[in-house]
Amino acid sequence: MDEEKTLKVQKIKNGIVIDHIPCGRALKVLKILNIEGDIGSSVSIAMHVRSRYGWKDIVKIEDRYLEEKELDKIALVAPTATVNIIKNYEVVRKHKVQVPDKIVGIVRCTNPRCITNQNEPLTPEFYVISKEPLIIKCKYCERDMESEEIIENII
Amino acid sequence: MMFKGKDIVSIKELSKKEIDRIFEVAEEMIPIARGEKKSEILRGYVLATLFFEPSTRTRLSFETAMHRLGGGVIGFSNPKATSISKGETLADTIRIIDLYSDVIVIRHPYEGSARLAAEFAQHPVINAGDGAGQHPTQTLLDLFTMTREFGDIKGLNIALIGDLKYGRTVHSLAYILSELGANIYLVSPPLLRMPKHIIRELKSRPVEVDNLDDIVEEVDVFYVTRIQKERFPDPTEYRKVAGTYSITEKLLSKAKKSAIVMHPLPRVGEIATEVDKLPHARYFQQAFNGVPVRMALLSLVLGVV
Ligand SMILES: Nc1ncnc2c1ncn2[C@@H]1O[C@H](COP(=O)(O)OP(=O)(O)O)[C@@H](O)[C@H]1O
Ligand SMILES: [Mg+2]
Ligand SMILES: [Zn+2]
Repeated sequence: MDEEKTLKVQKIKNGIVIDHIPCGRALKVLKILNIEGDIGSSVSIAMHVRSRYGWKDIVKIEDRYLEEKELDKIALVAPTATVNIIKNYEVVRKHKVQVPDKIVGIVRCTNPRCITNQNEPLTPEFYVISKEPLIIKCKYCERDMESEEIIENII
Repeated sequence: MMFKGKDIVSIKELSKKEIDRIFEVAEEMIPIARGEKKSEILRGYVLATLFFEPSTRTRLSFETAMHRLGGGVIGFSNPKATSISKGETLADTIRIIDLYSDVIVIRHPYEGSARLAAEFAQHPVINAGDGAGQHPTQTLLDLFTMTREFGDIKGLNIALIGDLKYGRTVHSLAYILSELGANIYLVSPPLLRMPKHIIRELKSRPVEVDNLDDIVEEVDVFYVTRIQKERFPDPTEYRKVAGTYSITEKLLSKAKKSAIVMHPLPRVGEIATEVDKLPHARYFQQAFNGVPVRMALLSLVLGVV
């Protein structure tokens, strides 16, 4: 276990470990989980760590669990990520994130002239055109969005 | 094939079969559209035309279509004079108008507005243009004009000319033409090329050309669009460009005898008036075709045919 030797990160008792995040995306993952300032629990980040499949980032958060919506958001930023649920120091469940077929209410359309950006009672919704690379299409204005553009517009 | 209650928001949602059915009905509507035959099939039905943006042809041809079939029309073409200017959401406006009418036609400046309308209305909604988005009835009447002329779209050489960047009609037209197997030529100044995301959705790669002279002998349909002065920072540049992409009698002397010239209108010099008298001119016929095609759509979505 290469990682355990190089990573001098404290074990957490209860919480989550978001593993296999593409390099450089750890901070984005924290951002979409709204983890900033004092959240009352410990957070550790490891960036550019060697793994079996090359390099990765890892995020560990104590006493925090994720909702379905948050898992979907992580999938957009880090499609390769695995979310490990830790209970009493042990991994009790592993969850491979997955880009959903329809993206509802978690991304804003990038088109300023889209009706979803005009104070109408609408939830932005996108169809997934391709998962690798990620391309989504607004259900309303039919505009395509890709990679960085999607990440910047996560709600 | 169920047309009753169907929303017509985007051309991409219509199958080849559905388009054939629309054209079959439109063909039967022609004598009624001309006023040679009377019809009352939409008697008692109310069409609401909600034009949040100005339009002449589209609105009037929808209203004519409804009247020719014996139906009634309500609506507005100047939203400033309505409660919408007081900040009502489009969703609320649609919910109310839906209670007053059987079918809604909407033109609105924001992209995706017709989709919203279709979601909030119980009755069918027809998109008459949503910003830079879709304008499916224009696409259908263009296609109807070509189909009547040539029978089959497959294998036709179709040149889309002029403003291919901002002109929304050419985007959905290019899409459906490529689905139907036409060979598409894109003829535009570099500043007004068709956007990559539109080209990416085409079934086969279109040929981009700078000069009409290079292809004039092969073309079956010259589909000309307006190049707007506002798109050019420099007026002399505009004049130069506009001249290069205009259709003249001289140019057409090299074209196939069967070639036709189309334009969604209004034109401002892209087609010389001398072309009007040539057998190639089809743009007035095209504008007329808006009526039977819209008659067909109205009667299909209302379920009377
Ligand atoms: N109690 C814990 N505290 C912090 N990190 C942990 C804990 N238990 C496991 N991990 C980390 O969670 C990830 C998944 O653990 P594990 O299932 O053992 O590894 P893998 O997914 O590589 O087979 C690893 O990065 C591991 O270091
Ligand atoms: Mg509806
Ligand atoms: Zn949109």
